[in-house]
Amino acid sequence: MIAVRPGTLAVLKPFRLAGASAPRLRLSTRHGALLAIAFLLAVGVGDAQAGPGPASILATLLKWTPLLAQGFALDIAMSFLAMGVGTVAGVVVGLGLISLRAPVRGLAWIVTQLFRNAPWLVMLFYCMLLLPFELHIGGMTIPLPDWVKATFGLGLPVMANVAELVRGAVRSIPFGQWEASEALAFTRWQTLRMIILPQCIKRMTPPWMNLYSILVAAMPLTSVVGVSESMTLTGDILSSEGRSELLVPIYLYLLLWFFAYCYPIARATAVLERRFQVR
Amino acid sequence: MTSPPANAIPRWTPDQPLVRIRDVHMAFGKHVVLGGITFDVMKGEVICLIGPSGAGKSTLLRCVNALVPIDRGSILVEGQEVNDPKLDKLALRRKVGMVFQQYNLFPHRTALDNIMMAPIHVLKRDRREVEALARALMRKVRLDGKESAYPGELSGGQQQRVAIARSLAMQPDVMLFDEVTAALDPETVKEVLVTIRELVEEGMTCLIVTHEMGFAREVANQIYFTDRGIVVEHGPPAEFFTNSRDPRTRQFLSQIL
Repeated sequence: MIAVRPGTLAVLKPFRLAGASAPRLRLSTRHGALLAIAFLLAVGVGDAQAGPGPASILATLLKWTPLLAQGFALDIAMSFLAMGVGTVAGVVVGLGLISLRAPVRGLAWIVTQLFRNAPWLVMLFYCMLLLPFELHIGGMTIPLPDWVKATFGLGLPVMANVAELVRGAVRSIPFGQWEASEALAFTRWQTLRMIILPQCIKRMTPPWMNLYSILVAAMPLTSVVGVSESMTLTGDILSSEGRSELLVPIYLYLLLWFFAYCYPIARATAVLERRFQVR
Repeated sequence: MTSPPANAIPRWTPDQPLVRIRDVHMAFGKHVVLGGITFDVMKGEVICLIGPSGAGKSTLLRCVNALVPIDRGSILVEGQEVNDPKLDKLALRRKVGMVFQQYNLFPHRTALDNIMMAPIHVLKRDRREVEALARALMRKVRLDGKESAYPGELSGGQQQRVAIARSLAMQPDVMLFDEVTAALDPETVKEVLVTIRELVEEGMTCLIVTHEMGFAREVANQIYFTDRGIVVEHGPPAEFFTNSRDPRTRQFLSQIL
């Protein structure tokens, strides 16, 4: 019997996509149930603290729900935009990472490392402070409101993570696919476009969806730089109500919204991951 | 990409070797893979390369269609020098078909699509014409009815026959077979060999790396026995298998037969 240190037997480790080292958002039904129980408890405690007189916590939350929904809709809209812009830019940078030209590869590598490892909040602040509030192109003036700048700021880490996903997925395609394509006289670009990348999409989809749910969970960061999304509005509601017993229930309420949005995505990611692993 | 002017290509006539290999050297770092290989393949000829693994047989095939660059020597394919920095690799590869040990079919496309992709996108041929050709090739390799199957749904032998059809769809002048039955179950080896034998009977020029001695004996015009990057011995099959002179050849044959 040979003694083996734990973790040294690479063959026994579960399949992992090379380069897909993003943190994972694993939400289960149990998390949802716990969250709901905590929320109901907080509502009960809040009502008990307030005593008779003011409107009940639930009624207050319900009153503010349309406003919160507006803020949440902005969160989702920003997450869609950041994901879209980040994905397009990320695919370009990812192709740069596998370029045959060393300068292109080097530049793409620097961009990827910089934006993948820098704290998201730092990038957000940079974009808020460095981008102008409006752009003059030709005779046109394009306003850049805060939420657009914030979207751009969060698109940067998405771009870097997508670039890494692309690189990892391309590298995970067996070398024989390249060789066979070359032997059939496909150019490198044709090979990438028709043979390699289509096979990558399936492998990239679960980690890409995972990245999206992480992005959604990061949207409240934009409240720090003053975008009036759901987190900012929650603060506004609290100060206008001026009731301290509302503090815990309303943040839990907001958390429930985020959970309700991210949970289906996380589940679908897990299902897809399992299905692709089997094949 | 600029292609060289037509008059820069030396004129090749069918009485010259289709593939002319002269003193080819190739090394991975310090490890010498090919140590000076020389032979000719005439049009319609079938050459079988045999020898122990690591002898450089597969590398030599890859050198012929410029998948692997050579360090020294010359390979002419229809008069076109492969060891030329100005070589139009894509033009060369249109003339040279290659089939791999691991089939390397494109798993996201159906069998028919696998065959059609290169003629449509590389040769820019008409899609309907190519589809007719691809269906004919599927019949030729006895896989009619499997046109819309994905590679994952086919057996190894079936996949390899699709790979042969895919290569033939480019209408190459010479076919390279790199141990195409080495990854197959013994039962399915035969169906692939039958397909290759039919090609040979039609007059296809073939360069075959194989461990199937019976097959080599049957189809080859010339057998080349290579070891450690050089040709040790060669000759027509009847002579090669019965009267091999070199002790290394005899030892190899005694192990494998």
